[in-house]
Amino acid sequence: MNTLATLAPRRFRPGFWTAVFVVLFLAFCAVTVIRFSKGLGAVTHLSDQFPWGLWIGFDLLCGVGLAAGAFTLTAVVHLFNLKRFEPIVRPTILTGFLGYAFVIVALLLDLGQPWRIWHAIVYWNPHSVMFEVAWCVMLYTTVLAVEFSPAVFERFGFHAPARIIHRLITPLVIIGVILSTLHQSSLGSLYLIVPSKLHPLWYSPMLPLHFYISAIGAGIGMVILESYLSGRAFHRHLEMDLLEPLARGMVVALGIYGLMRLQAIRRNHAFGSILDFGYEGQMFLLEFTLGVILPVILMSFRRLRTNPNWLVGGAFLAVLGFVMNRLNVSITGMEAASGTRYLPSGMEIIVSLGLVATGMAVFAFAVRNFSIFPDGPVTDDHRSEEGA
Amino acid sequence: MGMGLLFDATRCIGCGACSSACKEQNKLPGKVEEVLTAYTWTTVQEKEGLNVRRMCMHCEVPTCASVCPVAALKKTPEGPVVYDAERCMGCRYCMMACPFEIPKYQWDRPVPVVGKCILCAGRLKEGKPTACAEACPAEATIFGKKEDLIWEARTRIRQKPGAYVDHIYGLTEAGGTSVMMISSAPFDKLGLKSNLPADPPAMRTWQVLSNIPDFVGVWGVFLYGVHWITARRVDVAKAESNGNGHNHGREDRS
Repeated sequence: MNTLATLAPRRFRPGFWTAVFVVLFLAFCAVTVIRFSKGLGAVTHLSDQFPWGLWIGFDLLCGVGLAAGAFTLTAVVHLFNLKRFEPIVRPTILTGFLGYAFVIVALLLDLGQPWRIWHAIVYWNPHSVMFEVAWCVMLYTTVLAVEFSPAVFERFGFHAPARIIHRLITPLVIIGVILSTLHQSSLGSLYLIVPSKLHPLWYSPMLPLHFYISAIGAGIGMVILESYLSGRAFHRHLEMDLLEPLARGMVVALGIYGLMRLQAIRRNHAFGSILDFGYEGQMFLLEFTLGVILPVILMSFRRLRTNPNWLVGGAFLAVLGFVMNRLNVSITGMEAASGTRYLPSGMEIIVSLGLVATGMAVFAFAVRNFSIFPDGPVTDDHRSEEGA
Repeated sequence: MGMGLLFDATRCIGCGACSSACKEQNKLPGKVEEVLTAYTWTTVQEKEGLNVRRMCMHCEVPTCASVCPVAALKKTPEGPVVYDAERCMGCRYCMMACPFEIPKYQWDRPVPVVGKCILCAGRLKEGKPTACAEACPAEATIFGKKEDLIWEARTRIRQKPGAYVDHIYGLTEAGGTSVMMISSAPFDKLGLKSNLPADPPAMRTWQVLSNIPDFVGVWGVFLYGVHWITARRVDVAKAESNGNGHNHGREDRS
């Protein structure tokens, strides 16, 4: 059913990725120690003028967005009943769960006093978007864990709980989609509060919707990318017959999103800032061309969509554009008003990279030990950190 | 309305008594800095040949209080926007959101908290003026009921035509503030934000947040409806063709 493109096994140097991962992980641990003994100022380039940096812009905003594939695909399979996409649901849910775990760890580093993270459960402020974000993180991480749990139960032969969850899958998926909708959009709502600070190329009353729809597009892109990376790492084939229609969905999502962005810029009368070709204008053009215009055009051609290399390229562009957009909203668009330039410190970057590497390693571990892909646990003896 | 401060930049002599009094009152370490920090809650800056105080404006609808997930920041009826360091988890959304860029952070501490002027909330409760207003030798900073201060500001502007810019900074900025300023130079030249909308930023997020309960209901019904319709369609198709489910003898995966 799904053998259109088989990737040739590539020459692999065992141990190389493992070494990279171990080095990154150790560096991450070292930075963590400094951060908690000396304070945030010692490891980050954050300041009173620029209180949110890479850990919010990339780890939080992109980590959550990367998990958008999970709610999109579970909705497609369980609510829209397109059962043929079932084989790729599990790796997507796993990615979603790891994405959220990544976000939580990043938050534990970024928060000034992470040991008080539970305060949001006790002290309420329904007027705060951050309060909504906190609850969405808690609840949706739980939902993702439950949705993934059958894979763990099966592995250890507990069939009863797996069956119970299977029976509850429809309400679970609905709750998951509602929470995701709230959460993806709320990350955009976070920036509604700064009309006088965020550059008009990005600020819009429609920010929540922009974030939501672009997350769906990037989430689908991530599913494609991940199938490709898993394919390379575990010598599996790309399920082209599933990924090609997904790419069409991605084009629709990105198309709607691109149109909404242009409308927002028109309403802000901000086309001038693009023509001025200043710093913000350049960054916008880069983000919009790479992340919206190119993938939409490329993936509109059937011939390119059905070619594994072009398909993966299009998905990669969508994900890259998504990451650029989040960094532009959280950093580029906020710099002018703050009167400072923010560049993340080496240690901030180490933490982000270390977390990404850890996520990949856990994904690889899960693929080897649980039934994530349709043909059961992957049992080749290559160690590799690719595939998340 | 509550209490507030009126700062008159034409009267300020830049002596810094207010900043020192603030340090003492709130037991803040270090010397008075040029700019606001977690340890300097008010400071005097020289701009355009004038001396300007920088401090928390104590908004009527504080953006910081609206964005704080744990309600560590609160507007009190007396006027001050106060901060509960015991609740704060350090997300720094208040710093990101404040239109006046007032809350500052203790970047140098392993257990950091936010630092900002609290309009001497404790003193106000005892019926005393703020430490800075009490220390000011030139009556550049005066303390009082907000409506009285507005009256006073308008009187000064009217009585000395041309001596003041005809604007009370803080009357409408970001929905109005308890700290107000008058000056002979335009406020944007003094380093004060002049592009602030008259509606409180907090309204923009509340418009979205207040719709969540309704949205959850509608979205839930819609999603279940989609499931119900498509599942029914599958059942009908199955009944017609006697089941051609292609699950390769495996259980449905979830």
